[in-house]
Amino acid sequence: MTILGIPILSLLIFFPILGAIVLLFINKEKPGTIRVVTLIFSLIEFIFSLPLFFAFDSKTAAMQFVEDWWWVQSYGISYKLGIDGISLLLVLLTTFLTVLCILCSWTAITFRVKEYMISFLFLETGMIGALVALDLVLFYVFWEVMLIPMYLLIGVWGDPKRRIYAAIKFFLFTMAGSVLMLVAILVLYFLNQKATGISTFDALELYKSGLPAGTQYWLFAAFALAFAIKVPMFPFHTWLPDAHTEAPTAGSVILAGVLLKMGTYGFIRFAIPLFPKAAFDLMPLVSVLALIGIIYGALVSMMQPDLKRLVAFSSVSHLGYVMLGMFAFNMQGIEGSIYQMLNHGISTGSLFLIVGMVYERRHTRLIADFGGLSKVMPIYAVFFMIVTLSSIGLPGTNGFVGEFLILLGAFQANVVYGVLAASGVILGAAYMLWMFQRVMFGKITKPENEKLKDLNAREITILVPMVIVIFLMGIYPKLFFSKMDASVEKFIKDFKGKVEMKADLPSPKVAEVKK
Amino acid sequence: MKIPEIDLYLIAPEIIITAFGFLVLLLDVFLPKEERKGYLGIISLIGIVVAFLFTLPQMRSVKSGFEGMFISDGYALFFKITFLIIAFLTVLISIGYTQREGIAFGEYYALILFATLGMMLMAAGTHLIIIFLGLETMSISIYILAGMMREDKRSVEAALKYFLLGAFATGFLLYGIALIYGATGSFHLKDIASYIATKNLLRSPMLLMSLVFLTIGFGFKIASVPFHMWTPDVYEGAPTSITAFMATGVKAAGFSALIRVFFSALPAFRPDWTSIMWVICVATMTLGNIVAISQTNIKRMLAYSSIAHAGYILVAFVAGNDLGTSGILFYLMAYAFMNIGAFTVVILLGKKGEENTLISDYAGIGFKYPLLAASMTIFLLSMAGIPPLGGFMAKFYVFSAAVKSKFYWLAILGVLNSAVSVYYYLRVTVLMYFRESEREITGLQFAPASVIALILTVIGTLYMGIFPANVLSLAQRSIAGLM
Repeated sequence: MTILGIPILSLLIFFPILGAIVLLFINKEKPGTIRVVTLIFSLIEFIFSLPLFFAFDSKTAAMQFVEDWWWVQSYGISYKLGIDGISLLLVLLTTFLTVLCILCSWTAITFRVKEYMISFLFLETGMIGALVALDLVLFYVFWEVMLIPMYLLIGVWGDPKRRIYAAIKFFLFTMAGSVLMLVAILVLYFLNQKATGISTFDALELYKSGLPAGTQYWLFAAFALAFAIKVPMFPFHTWLPDAHTEAPTAGSVILAGVLLKMGTYGFIRFAIPLFPKAAFDLMPLVSVLALIGIIYGALVSMMQPDLKRLVAFSSVSHLGYVMLGMFAFNMQGIEGSIYQMLNHGISTGSLFLIVGMVYERRHTRLIADFGGLSKVMPIYAVFFMIVTLSSIGLPGTNGFVGEFLILLGAFQANVVYGVLAASGVILGAAYMLWMFQRVMFGKITKPENEKLKDLNAREITILVPMVIVIFLMGIYPKLFFSKMDASVEKFIKDFKGKVEMKADLPSPKVAEVKK
Repeated sequence: MKIPEIDLYLIAPEIIITAFGFLVLLLDVFLPKEERKGYLGIISLIGIVVAFLFTLPQMRSVKSGFEGMFISDGYALFFKITFLIIAFLTVLISIGYTQREGIAFGEYYALILFATLGMMLMAAGTHLIIIFLGLETMSISIYILAGMMREDKRSVEAALKYFLLGAFATGFLLYGIALIYGATGSFHLKDIASYIATKNLLRSPMLLMSLVFLTIGFGFKIASVPFHMWTPDVYEGAPTSITAFMATGVKAAGFSALIRVFFSALPAFRPDWTSIMWVICVATMTLGNIVAISQTNIKRMLAYSSIAHAGYILVAFVAGNDLGTSGILFYLMAYAFMNIGAFTVVILLGKKGEENTLISDYAGIGFKYPLLAASMTIFLLSMAGIPPLGGFMAKFYVFSAAVKSKFYWLAILGVLNSAVSVYYYLRVTVLMYFRESEREITGLQFAPASVIALILTVIGTLYMGIFPANVLSLAQRSIAGLM
């Protein structure tokens, strides 16, 4: 399906590349033009993605805007794209955050602007592609394509001290995880071919292949490793603080906002539906790891002296919630999990933006170097406060809705998980508020901080949309849930059908609960 | 005795290549010294294109000739196309390079053409003697080419080393052929297979010995462990254009003969050679990749990487299904583009008396020569198997063949090796983009022919990654009748 005859998903994938090609022909001595052109391209991309939201039919769980062509016909590899309620909002998040990232790189990136912007546009292509691909090989291709521009962003424009180490670590971790997934994809393909006689890498077709449990464990393990590294789940998270800390601000934003979601998205789109029995049987393991991630991430965050590292570890904690909710396998858990993916993109993305703004002024990120900033930067303080509260999950902000639903789901699945996860919420409030207090309140101890300029118009322009989204998602979540209800319902129905779980009491739709 | 039927059209590409080889030699004598330099390369290019045009129409039918010693089937033709592409690119990058390094002799191009002829015979021979003759024609030409830089000690060392070890390997191969003849009384691949099948010679010690000897002989040409010892020294010492030719052409030719002989003549011994090759394959991948990590010279690094790639290709060989064989054909063609491309960058980054082949010389070129560095990045990432580049698709097919035949461990070891290899390929990009140069490389002169080769190889690498379907279906059609 297309909008007005335009294959909209392909357009979204390849439009950024067109932008990159246009940039090639702009003189690199004119960084201003390059910035403006990139911004225009990313804005148009965002505008192109909006019709998805409005034309999306929220009554059906089927894939929409599907494009299906052969890529390598003799192998059954197809160029198949489509989105459902699970990926729709993630695609929008990607195009939305990219615009803000370009804006926030305006003054932060001063050298090799052209190469930077080209990398960024290529990254956008990879991200959108991975989110809309329904063919396993195509997905794998986009999954790997994301790596290179991100690697360059960290390695070239990162913090000079350890950028190379962080870049290589990022690349090798992700690569090592994903190659085994490739083998698993192939094994799945041949097993399915043997069983059904159809050669296909189409994920929707492969959903139907009922593999024996023993095989499922192995294949699920391979997929889960690739995704768990990306999420990152404890104990595969060690690349994340380095990558986040060394990356330029926009790199951290997009890494937290979208790239990490690729891991959780991979679970919900591929690993779980393809290998439901294994996923169900391994639920305790995944849940425990998620809980360790929640609590460990929060505790480590508390002790971080560096703002960016603190936010990075808080990601480990937040993503733990996402995984916990997903593996609760009920309506609340999964919808909460998807919602929390979006929340994390918005809240943590904003936190990185905010840290980046103060870093640009002071060239330090150590909490000890700040204190009392609210006096000299009142506007900044307001934004920082809102984002901090959203990250904690204050009612009225987006974070509350996601965390609440996840806890609801977790309690239904297992009371102990729920209790432990809820204690993580308290820890989360502790480290965020303590950090906020140390940075913003108290006396100004350092003379350098006395003359800090407050946010300028461009920076406010970046943060205002974020804050709007924070409140919109917090106050009127139905707008978003209504898009995903049908898909999540089908997801759970299929899943339960396959693992032959006793049908629980029909869980009410979340949107109705909220009424 | 019946006089064998002679169908010259069947060997038209070979005749053309030979004729142009002699033409180049003749013109070298008669053209005035100043004028001959560039022309000889261009004449060779024309010869290759003409041979190519004669090869393509033969795709339509399978024809055997010369008493069944020579066959023109899809398999042979696919390889011939690969060899001609390799030869074309090699000549292109040689035009500027030989002049710069002062080795623009007429015999240089003639020997490339003769080596190509040898390769084509190896792919098309269905008779052990023809295959052997092809292999020797190729090898002897390459021995000389490797030592072309007569003033350079390393080049001479490379040639001598390659010659001595190569002669040994050839001896083994010949011994293996003799043993097969002794056991079966035939040189014809099909006759050998049917004789073994009817007489049930599966435990014949003579044939088992010959299997080992053939593995050694071909293993040397494709640079598999433990017959790889010559590779780094020879690749480093030989003129860079010839290194590219060896790494792609000789390897492809070695595989073409290896597959033909093993699958056509010795299919009965499949369980035996599968287990030998499994070990060789894992050793080749692992050693190549691990040793490549510690290299400081880019040519040596690419040498070890080419060993590793021989290992990946052997994965498909061990798998031994039609998917694997077509995968090998695809792989070798993709490898030709990315590897020659990488060596082209190595050539372009050097100048007279200053080769700049240390990996540290690549520091900072990313923003100084952006297109050169971007091309290098494409080639290296393709070799590392990152999509959407040719190398990824090639590895995809190779590993899928292993999975199909249920060699799961082989596939897993293969992909893990591939992940290891990312490290040393990335290291070059780290230097190119992330570090500042310590020493300025200036005054590079980009020979137009080499730039054309660079563009062609970039296009080839991207094309095979993004639109792999055409080449793959060609490869799949090509192996019909072989397996």
